[in-house]
Amino acid sequence: MTANSSEIRYLTPPSVEIKKKKYCRFKKNGIKYVDYKDPEFLKKFLNEQGKILPRRLTGTSLKFQRKVARSIKRARHLALLPYVTDMLK
Amino acid sequence: MNQYETVFIATPVLSEPQIKEAVKKFRDIITDNGGELIHEEDWGMKKLAYPIMKKSTGFYHLFEFKSTPAFVDKLETEFRRDEKVIRFMTVKLDKYAAEYSQKRRNLLKEKATEKEE
Repeated sequence: MTANSSEIRYLTPPSVEIKKKKYCRFKKNGIKYVDYKDPEFLKKFLNEQGKILPRRLTGTSLKFQRKVARSIKRARHLALLPYVTDMLK
Repeated sequence: MNQYETVFIATPVLSEPQIKEAVKKFRDIITDNGGELIHEEDWGMKKLAYPIMKKSTGFYHLFEFKSTPAFVDKLETEFRRDEKVIRFMTVKLDKYAAEYSQKRRNLLKEKATEKEE
């Protein structure tokens, strides 16, 4: 009983969120070049309106975020991806 | 000499031989001006993500070539002059991009041979 008294008991156990660590998929998979000719892959970095997702959501490193952004803009120019849309996914 | 990659979109109103002719014209422009054609890809008729010049489809074609930087300007002027071309883009390939396109070419080749078999 003496051991238990020091422990604080909660009626509802405090929810401890275990955050999954985000990682840069390019660094992890060793991808060195982001291809603008592959719109299906680039769609992973867009939201439903076709906007580029921020780094804080995708976990991409700064170096590759720049490359992704450039590739997306190239794909948009060639009408492989839309500039504005709704319900992309 | 740098390595470049050009994708252009031709209007869908053209017939099959007309497109072949347009492609040949640009291929000749590349080879006649000291460019070295490495690879060529025909993506065929594709739907555009948004309308360009009131067209919703287009014929995509890709060239990969080595040339001097001055030639790219020349090629782009030709693209601008040609009214059959509704969109074009030339991109310089760095070493990672060149590596990637080499891999992509090999994959395509493998696929082509698989189909034949």
